[in-house]
Amino acid sequence: MEWPGLYNYWIVIFLMMAGLYMVIARANLVKKMVGLGVFQAAVFIFYLTMGKVAGGTAPIIIPGDQVYSNPLPHVLILTAIVVGVATLALGLALIVRIKEVYGSIEEDEIDEQENAA
Amino acid sequence: MITPHLPALQVVVPLLSAPLCVLLAKARLAYALTLVVCWIAFAISVLLLIQVMDGGAISYQMGGWAPPWGIELVVDPVNAYVLLIVSAIGALVITYAKPSLVHEIGSGRETLFYTSYLLCLTGLLGVTITGDAFNIFVFLEVSSLSSYVLISLGQDRRALTASFRYLIFGTIGATFFLIGVGLIYQATGTLNIADMANRVAPLGESRTVQAAFAFMAIGLALKAALFPLHAWLPNAYAFAPSVVTAFLAATATKVSIYVLIRTYFTIFGPEFSFEVMALGPILMVLAISAMLIGSTIAIFQDDIKRLLAYSSVAQIGYMMLGIAFATVLGVTGGMLHMFNHALMKGALFLALGCMFYRTGSVSIEAMRGLGQRMPWTMAAIVAGGLSLIGVPLTVGFVSKWYLLLAAIDSGMWWISIFILVASLLAIIYVWRLVEAAYLSPSPENAPSGEAPLIMLIPTWVLVLANFYFGVDTRVSVGVATRAAEFLLGTGS
Repeated sequence: MEWPGLYNYWIVIFLMMAGLYMVIARANLVKKMVGLGVFQAAVFIFYLTMGKVAGGTAPIIIPGDQVYSNPLPHVLILTAIVVGVATLALGLALIVRIKEVYGSIEEDEIDEQENAA
Repeated sequence: MITPHLPALQVVVPLLSAPLCVLLAKARLAYALTLVVCWIAFAISVLLLIQVMDGGAISYQMGGWAPPWGIELVVDPVNAYVLLIVSAIGALVITYAKPSLVHEIGSGRETLFYTSYLLCLTGLLGVTITGDAFNIFVFLEVSSLSSYVLISLGQDRRALTASFRYLIFGTIGATFFLIGVGLIYQATGTLNIADMANRVAPLGESRTVQAAFAFMAIGLALKAALFPLHAWLPNAYAFAPSVVTAFLAATATKVSIYVLIRTYFTIFGPEFSFEVMALGPILMVLAISAMLIGSTIAIFQDDIKRLLAYSSVAQIGYMMLGIAFATVLGVTGGMLHMFNHALMKGALFLALGCMFYRTGSVSIEAMRGLGQRMPWTMAAIVAGGLSLIGVPLTVGFVSKWYLLLAAIDSGMWWISIFILVASLLAIIYVWRLVEAAYLSPSPENAPSGEAPLIMLIPTWVLVLANFYFGVDTRVSVGVATRAAEFLLGTGS
């Protein structure tokens, strides 16, 4: 196993940190949701990567000796994607409502209004 | 005939009723359905607890697929206890909810409220009953997503930002848990909790397992609002509708703490958690900080819901303190405080809902003279406050007593000083309420008169439970001790 080795994991770590950073550092609520999406996508890739078996094919029974990749993490991630979509939808819906009542989706401007009240 | 299927019904009944509420469309029908379903869920959890106490743990194979491949529902003394807490509070709160809801969220959106409420209940019960780690994640998200909706229904526009912040924190917490589950699946190749526990132990000092532990512990601590990860909690509790605050304060954080307990003791085992990872001292410092800082901030709040929210942060500290001892006495104290805190915070937030129903405010200012204007509501708040302080004859005393015993038993008597100091701080913030309500004159033209009986009765059921379980501790302490022995593997 030479460099870059299991490079998928490096991608996962990079995306995870980038997403988390975006959530923390961006004041725009939509950008926060984007960051959250990247963060979650990194976790999906992490699961998909761990299911891969070197030289394995899709888990379909065909005659002869076959090495299969593990399908279970894929199925799990299908569920997690659904959860992610629901979270994104709800988050965006909340942002729409926030925009309606505050007239802004910038965290600092919203905070200003809240502190003034 | 139906008895063997009780574990599945516990989750399936509220889950299927949730979309039915939308289809019924009429608020009255949806309310009736929700009410019936919540009480059925409560009855099921009582039956399950009795079954477990008599016959030991129950395992239910979802769809007949044998574990570890299929999803297994497990009911043992630990989660039967938590199921009971969640479903009891769920049933009492919904009984109370109708007038308060019409008043706070308007009559147009009620059916959607009932749907979200049932989904939230489903999620919390599901997290508690399942024996599958990935399933915990799914149910955790079901309960979280519906609780974001519930919180955002608050009248104040700050409910929206509070809900959004909770969404960000909650999703990060749940995703951390998911990463942890992924890592442990990599190391063990299983998702079934019991199977995981068997396979983690022989791995010894594996970096993957340690990382999995860290991710799961931090993610769940976020969901449980363990200090210093509690930032989402005060606003979420303060701006949510009263009913939602009462329900979430009494159940949601408890369920997260339950999953933490499962992670520490069942999946990784006390030896790994408390010796290899040296969790004890870390948790103890965080728990004591939560107790002291949470109580101190609570003293300076003028909004009573927010005051009690900070007090919740402190109370979560008590629960974690008990767990941090990792002894039977300590875990008993922690588990007991979960139950007792649900009773006291449930009673307090329901009483505050009554106050808001009449006065339209929950500030200390609005509470002036409330002792004369709403004697029963105010008496409930005082009773809940006494329990929060830990006055003898209330449940608060029982759990603090067990925590003190655990501290002395573990040879860390100095911790008892912190427990006492935090209780003294609680006296200060409860006194502020008493002073306003009984010793200050009412403002002019202040609204008076009690809340409707349908709201007062559930409140008082919880208040009386505070005293009943404070005197007769056989059931609560008995079950908590069994649960603690089960977790630490010293009993049956």
